[in-house]
Amino acid sequence: MVYHQLIVVGGGLAGLRAAVEAKAAGIDVAILSQVHPGRSHSGAAQGGINAALANHPEGHDDTPEKHAFDTVKGSDYLADQDAAIQMTSDAPGVIFEMDHWGCPFSRFDDGRIAQRPFGGAGYPRTCYAADKTGHYMLHTLVEQAYKHEITMYIERFVMDLIVEDGECRGVVAYDMTKGGLEEFRGEAVIMATGGAGRTYSNTTNAVISTGGGAAMAYHAGVPLKDMEFVQFHPTGLYTTHILMTEACRGEGGYLINGEGERFMRRYAPSVMELAPRDITSRSIQQEIDAGRGIDGKDYVYLDLRHLGAELLAEKLPGTRDLAIHFEGVDPVREPIPIQPCQHYSMGGIDTDVDGRTLMPGLYAAGECACVSVHGANRLGGNSLLETIVFGRRAGAAVVADLAGRAGGGDASAVGARAVAAVEARVAALAGRGADGQDPYAIRADMTATMKDHFGVFREEKQMREGLERLLALKQRCATIGLRNAGGVFNLDLIRTLELEGMVDVALAVATGAVARTESRGSHSRTDYPTRDDETWLKHTMAHSAAGGPRLDYKPVTLGIFEPQERKY
Amino acid sequence: MPEAKFHVKRYDPARDAKDASRYDDFVVPYDSSLTVLEGLFSIQEHQDGALAFRYCCRASVCGSCAMYINGKYRLACQTNLRHLHADVITVEPMPHLPLVTDLVCDMSDFFAKYEYVKPWLIRNSAAPETEILQSPEERKKLDMPIDCILCGACYSSCPSVWTEDNYLGPAALLKAYRFEVDSRDEARKVRLPSWDNERGAYRCHTIANCVEACPKELNPTEGIQWLKMAAVRRRLFGRSK
Repeated sequence: MVYHQLIVVGGGLAGLRAAVEAKAAGIDVAILSQVHPGRSHSGAAQGGINAALANHPEGHDDTPEKHAFDTVKGSDYLADQDAAIQMTSDAPGVIFEMDHWGCPFSRFDDGRIAQRPFGGAGYPRTCYAADKTGHYMLHTLVEQAYKHEITMYIERFVMDLIVEDGECRGVVAYDMTKGGLEEFRGEAVIMATGGAGRTYSNTTNAVISTGGGAAMAYHAGVPLKDMEFVQFHPTGLYTTHILMTEACRGEGGYLINGEGERFMRRYAPSVMELAPRDITSRSIQQEIDAGRGIDGKDYVYLDLRHLGAELLAEKLPGTRDLAIHFEGVDPVREPIPIQPCQHYSMGGIDTDVDGRTLMPGLYAAGECACVSVHGANRLGGNSLLETIVFGRRAGAAVVADLAGRAGGGDASAVGARAVAAVEARVAALAGRGADGQDPYAIRADMTATMKDHFGVFREEKQMREGLERLLALKQRCATIGLRNAGGVFNLDLIRTLELEGMVDVALAVATGAVARTESRGSHSRTDYPTRDDETWLKHTMAHSAAGGPRLDYKPVTLGIFEPQERKY
Repeated sequence: MPEAKFHVKRYDPARDAKDASRYDDFVVPYDSSLTVLEGLFSIQEHQDGALAFRYCCRASVCGSCAMYINGKYRLACQTNLRHLHADVITVEPMPHLPLVTDLVCDMSDFFAKYEYVKPWLIRNSAAPETEILQSPEERKKLDMPIDCILCGACYSSCPSVWTEDNYLGPAALLKAYRFEVDSRDEARKVRLPSWDNERGAYRCHTIANCVEACPKELNPTEGIQWLKMAAVRRRLFGRSK
């Protein structure tokens, strides 16, 4: 048994920022991460991070309130408005702090942090570091974690929570490099495990973005909020679904259909390519569905040629490298084939603005959480912001909640039972061995189902079919066989155990989507094409139950911006 | 369907001797976009669930999957089979590093050396209310070293690392360089002792294997030479920047 006051699960931006906050306040904190924190998926973020710094010549009268308005409008009014204001008010401070810690933001000539236009934003407020903002921010926070001598348990795969008298008191983890299970005990646990993109076959996300943290909280009785809202990024590379940043369009890139037309003029005439992601993805999908993809196929072009080699080298060097290495296309000379791809989970573990969940001792921050600031559609540049704003706030909340609390760390029967339960689960899987269901067949079926039945456009019959398939897959999960049980770096074990949680997260998405008979943000139904505030201006709460998720709803916090029709 | 042949080095700590050299062969369904990483996943899912390798972003930014592929340091995710022009894909862990299992190297020394150079911005002045001003020209000096993904290819390729266990190696020194050239850094003498010594910059003999090995096309050798010159300038003239 290992004891730390605070256990942070996940070493991406949210987890690192939370850990730094708590450690600086004197809390004994440990990070558990499936990969070295510097390899987390936060590092794949490209285009930038929003804050009303008013550094841009065209943005000198930008304010946090305007940023909040754009965020709420972008969310199709499903964001909690107090939470949006909180995030945008915290934004300048947390970004200056990242600069003070060495984050290499790009600069304007006056030495201030550079900003660029992004979709759905009234001002150019996306602070950036070339097109590798996530990578640079992640390394800056990893550096801070080393500076603060935060204990990092690297390559620990967390499998379950330890819950004692209704309070979260630790986790059970698999030690990937030494083998075996370990009990980690703490007074508090922060989940910062990222999104669930890998439930879809067409995702921009890293292979480890499997929704594990959300699934563990859900299984422990904490509800998942607004899971049906799944963001499709307009521009994923055609063959690999690797992200081509929104900054491509922020810097002036075009979207072109098979007829050579800048088709966004028909969908968002005033902002063109800089419409929010839900609208842009739908527009691309409509062009493809109408046979106006390139050569009639299921992709269109992202054209950067007119920007010139010099601008690409300065502002979009990573984009150019990715297009060359992964699509065989040099954007200086050729347009890039792209299509909308799953990118971000707006939903997640239900939390307040300080990361607290309904379970004492359990907190969540980053993509695995849902505060909610993104509502039905997240604006580009708000996810990096979310990680450091709400990571910091969750860390501070733990500091406040643990004040005056005596440290424990005694071995308890509950911890031992939690370890034994995971051991029994692994033994049952291994007992079926090669005779059991093939987890990789189930995984492939699930990811195809999510792509085909819960995509950019949705409709009752198609979703019902998808839901039935997922329920059947859930049944098959009960008899999965694990072919390799022991040893070190056991990918069979990790990938089998994460699958069950993925199916449950997928079911929460599907059930919420079928129930919500309206179109709002990313949830776009051809059979219910309009937003219905009367009935549906409310958050979906999915609770784990036998036979599939049980849904109820809770109100959206309004009161600052009046919901209006969303036009761009 | 066309097929690709994989020849993969294996090591199971529970069964193999430390210096064992065991390879397994696999045939993987091939399409023109297949990467080495996807090939390894195909093997792990359908042929040998025990095959172990690191992975994460599959987009060449996380640094997990640096391996020795057909005799060169490469990121498995960034290596498309059609670019290898080879009948057989030989996949080995990065050489000269201790092994955990199969293609997974033990990176603990690598990160201990990274930590040793105090790889964080050091400031003495009070923080301003907004950003610390930095001109585009000052910022440009950071372009090369900040793209390091800590994959370890340079470290594995460096003969000075092979022959001197204590040598910090190219990645850690590149990180030291990254902060020494940052106009916001005020470390002065605080970080210097970590690299201005026989474990540090002077152990680099400009063999430049690191330059060839780096999958991000960075130049650690150049950064290390800058450190050597900065140390000399400091001794002669009392300043380093």
